[in-house]
Amino acid sequence: MYAQMVKSEATNEDPEKLAAFQARIDAGEKIEPKEWMPEGYRKTLIRQIGQHAHSEIVGQLPEGNWITRAPTLERKAILLAKVQDEAGHGLYLYCAAETLGVSRDELTEALLSGKMKYSSIFNYPTLNWADIGAVGWLVDGAAIMNQVPLQRTSFGPYSRAMIRICKEESFHQRQGYDIMMKMAQGTPEQKAMAQDALNRFWYPSLMMFGPSDKDSVHSAQSMAWKIKINTNDELRQKFVDQTVPQAEYLGLTIPDPELRWNEEKGGYDFSEPDWSEFFEVIKGNGPCNAERMEARQKAWDDGAWFREGLMAHARKRAAAKVAAE
Amino acid sequence: METVVDLDAALFEGLCRMGDTTLVLGHRVSEWCGHAPVLEEDIALANMALDLIGQTQLWLGLAGDVEGKGRDADALAFRRDAWEFRNLLLAERPNGDFGQTLMRQFLFDAWHQPMLKALEGSKDARIAEIAAKAGREVAYHLERSADLVIRLGDGTEESHKRMQAALDTLWPYTGEMMMADDVDRTLAEAGVMAAPDSIRPTWEALVAEVLGEAKLKAPEGAYMHKGGKQGTHSEHLGHMLATMQWLQRAYPDAKW
Repeated sequence: MYAQMVKSEATNEDPEKLAAFQARIDAGEKIEPKEWMPEGYRKTLIRQIGQHAHSEIVGQLPEGNWITRAPTLERKAILLAKVQDEAGHGLYLYCAAETLGVSRDELTEALLSGKMKYSSIFNYPTLNWADIGAVGWLVDGAAIMNQVPLQRTSFGPYSRAMIRICKEESFHQRQGYDIMMKMAQGTPEQKAMAQDALNRFWYPSLMMFGPSDKDSVHSAQSMAWKIKINTNDELRQKFVDQTVPQAEYLGLTIPDPELRWNEEKGGYDFSEPDWSEFFEVIKGNGPCNAERMEARQKAWDDGAWFREGLMAHARKRAAAKVAAE
Repeated sequence: METVVDLDAALFEGLCRMGDTTLVLGHRVSEWCGHAPVLEEDIALANMALDLIGQTQLWLGLAGDVEGKGRDADALAFRRDAWEFRNLLLAERPNGDFGQTLMRQFLFDAWHQPMLKALEGSKDARIAEIAAKAGREVAYHLERSADLVIRLGDGTEESHKRMQAALDTLWPYTGEMMMADDVDRTLAEAGVMAAPDSIRPTWEALVAEVLGEAKLKAPEGAYMHKGGKQGTHSEHLGHMLATMQWLQRAYPDAKW
């Protein structure tokens, strides 16, 4: 769930075409890249898939922060494999966005200029080893909550990317939980690290679903198009209901004194995250926004000679081939 | 130079040389995570680091068994100090720009691949088995690093300049890969590990071919640094281990 507050575009096209398009979606058909689609549908998807792809890329950074310090060879290997999967998810998603007529370079430029966003969660730091467990357990857990329904999204390439991504994400979540188990059952220091990680990641994880959107016009349009399947509140509730027993099993305390089971609704009552903090993070004032963007900008700038070198070599090869023919 | 006659002691040394080299290089490669020039490189580097760390588990795991003192791969990786590390100096060279990282990888892969091929013929079945598995991964590493060295050497003026600078900087660290000492000779005579100097002809031919295609020129008559295999390292290794081993050292009683 790496897309937050994606605005859907208004669309003013031929009503007959729009109705036929909506009928296809209602019938559960997949829309493929070459087929007609409303401009608003295309633009909203680019925004959503692009934001998701950027999140996978920026998401390498907080986890990469611990690869060189992973405490065992096995943990190091697992973390490397996970970060590699995330870069791979970024690649499928950029490819899915490309089928809508936007190049990866254009999307990258939009990220670097601040025109496009990535998930707020990656602007929080990973401060102790248990954070790597918490990221897998909570962050990937929240992501899965949103991405499982998106396997049924109406746009074919996005839906297929989600099917593949979900398989890997559930694996990551189990690995994250496994780290939390080891930490929670470990020495007093390890248990303190686990609780500290949960304290810091709980509310930012709840923010991943975005603010309540029950009255949002944008969400209604996206839901009609099956670009969005559930409301933010539905997903957040589901996430809390799933996560609380897992925290209890670990012997850790969710940092919410208001948290209690509500028999009537068959779910937990819980405190809302501090939405003013969320909006500050989105605006660029989170603890790591500056570092994350600086790292991506530096990778892009320092890599320019490399990308140009490869292009120049490809041109030389092509010219030599023509000359030989 | 130490003299080791006891075969098991020599074998422990030889296995640490392989495992420490893959560990240290894997660490260096993993430092790129999230910072590579294109997404495909992020994926390739993470994949390569993963292969190298996987190979470390096998080499150091076997080293621990051979030693017979109850140390496993993690104990060897995280609880030895710099002077006990036996990696090649080339592996601990800092990443530099992406050109230096790639050149280091190519110069190493061009040795690693034929070395593993030779180790497949080891009389010790455990070594032959690890070499066969690692060899499949490293064949791909070499294909990739050689291809990129060619493309960037013969790319733009700037990419050529950077690759030549990388080659000039790293070249003095290549000789150590092919220098044999008493440990190597003991192991080669017993038929358990290939002598490093036996790899030289293959390495030289491969490197000459790729550099030729890349329009790069190897420095002539360069001095060759040595000592990593015997535990005398550059200043860089201590800093790497301070990062790598920190959790294990700070919380020695913890299980992770």
